[in-house]
Amino acid sequence: MTLAFSDESDEEIARIMKRYPTRLAALIPTLWVAQHEFGTVTREVMELVATRLDLPTAKVITTATFYTMFNKKPVGRFHVQVCKNISCYLRRSDDVTAALKDAIGVGPGETTADGLFTLSEVECLAACGRAPAVQVNKTYHEWATPEGMRQLVADLRASVNAAPMPPPEAHDG
Amino acid sequence: MAEVKTYNYLLRQDDGKDYRELGEYRAAGGYKAVLKAVRLGPDAVIAEMKKASVRGRGGAGFPAGIKWGFVPKETDKPKYLVVNADEGEPGTFKDNYFLSHDPHRLIEGCIICSMALGIETCYIYIRGEFFEQIDTVTRAIEQCYEAGILGESVMRTDQKLDVYVHPGAGAYICGEETALLESLEGKPGQPRLKPPFPAVVGAFGCPTVINNVETLATVPLIVEHGADWFVGLGVERDGGSRICGVSGHVNNPGLFEVGVGANMRDIIYELAGGVSEGREIKAVIPGGSSCPVLTKDEIDVPLTVEGLKEVDSMLGTCGIIVIAEGTCVVKCLQRISHFYAHESCGQCTPCREGTGWVARIIDNIEAGRAKMSDLDLLLDVADSIGGNTICALGDAAELPVLSFVSKFREDFAEHIRQGCCPFDDQPLPRH
Repeated sequence: MTLAFSDESDEEIARIMKRYPTRLAALIPTLWVAQHEFGTVTREVMELVATRLDLPTAKVITTATFYTMFNKKPVGRFHVQVCKNISCYLRRSDDVTAALKDAIGVGPGETTADGLFTLSEVECLAACGRAPAVQVNKTYHEWATPEGMRQLVADLRASVNAAPMPPPEAHDG
Repeated sequence: MAEVKTYNYLLRQDDGKDYRELGEYRAAGGYKAVLKAVRLGPDAVIAEMKKASVRGRGGAGFPAGIKWGFVPKETDKPKYLVVNADEGEPGTFKDNYFLSHDPHRLIEGCIICSMALGIETCYIYIRGEFFEQIDTVTRAIEQCYEAGILGESVMRTDQKLDVYVHPGAGAYICGEETALLESLEGKPGQPRLKPPFPAVVGAFGCPTVINNVETLATVPLIVEHGADWFVGLGVERDGGSRICGVSGHVNNPGLFEVGVGANMRDIIYELAGGVSEGREIKAVIPGGSSCPVLTKDEIDVPLTVEGLKEVDSMLGTCGIIVIAEGTCVVKCLQRISHFYAHESCGQCTPCREGTGWVARIIDNIEAGRAKMSDLDLLLDVADSIGGNTICALGDAAELPVLSFVSKFREDFAEHIRQGCCPFDDQPLPRH
């Protein structure tokens, strides 16, 4: 199957390109558009982006692989990310990670077999004053507690059971 | 203990208004400073900024007015304003406030800066994790275009200004200003050698001023109330109020707007509610994780760039991290050192290799697998990073190690002697 951008994404990329004096500068925002549409930034997606922006594929690979937020392998529908850095650590983020591991059933860096959850430990989310901080897809959950996170995982599971086939990026956690 | 005066010039989170809405922002006097800046003219605005002695709020503390002055007036190239909204230094969460709750304050600062320096394009570089903040700022920009505040004619003047949000994608190093420019240009965030400085050769090879979010948020205040008023909030050569974030083991963590020069101990005890569970302070990191750690006897200092230098640390981003008695400082340093190892861009060998070795040696100490000689090895490896790299991440990785080990050497040695972490049976405070 040949990969292609939807018309909507294609128009978005055209708007992005107008913001910058070079095509290369449009790369990171375009990779975001691509990730939004395809879920991951695979080699095939990088080649598509290279073609769309008329850039050498090597340039796209160099940039896409430098930045941690471009998913090179599939992540779950809910990407649960716990900050492990100093301010969150001091407010017991390890307890939050342990509770999430227990509730989700996989450890940090892993994805559940049903593709629903990925658990990650991440670096500072800049929410230190409301630590511990957890980000689920686009949404921050601050003042996280083990009990609260168990509930959140249960709620997310229930939301999927209620509406089984929403598009991947539609969930804001 | 003295009472600490707080302000709500920058931090307006408690007045019940929704400043994300242009109407509310304008009702509170928003965008009037732009009109005043037009009346004053570019030279007077730059002079006010210099006189206000606002030190950059992003960590380095360079005087913002002087930075503006470095941008050449006469050039046939376009000039750019780039906003550093890549907040990510552990312990720092103040710019998040403006991006989430008061985006127009930032945009107003951008407009005044652009008018003063003859800039027609501004990029706000926001870290990728801030999805909701990116949406909030983007929406505020759209409101401005619709209201004629941005675009071909800014508020019916002959100033043209386009403002765009540029999303990051998860790299702390992009908070370093030249790495940020590389990232803006679509490349990996690997810092550039300076000189040339961005004021001369910045974004796309053109003159560029790069300012932190909070720095730009002070600009409308300075223009509206005048430099003398602004300096009066702070101290000589370090003017204004600034937002100080307190996190870690305190009863009331959060953001507090205080005058530059407020006492750090008072902020911790008076504003942040003192230490959790009534414990004593063991250590304080004063301005984000890269700043050398202080013991409880060293925190009676004024929060100024110079004040923190006096105790061999740094004011950084004013993000104070409080560590209570009973906490394992080796574990704390372990988190910090793994962070710098993870975030090293890989360009310079001392940093790329050194940060990894530092993290691994600390892992061994924490796990009780280290020898006493490893402490000196740790210091030796750390010492070989700073000063030998293109950017300051090398120093940021080194300074916590040197300060933690020199000030808490006995804690490190005890791990080695016991062959395990002596703090494992001492729980962290509960909140």
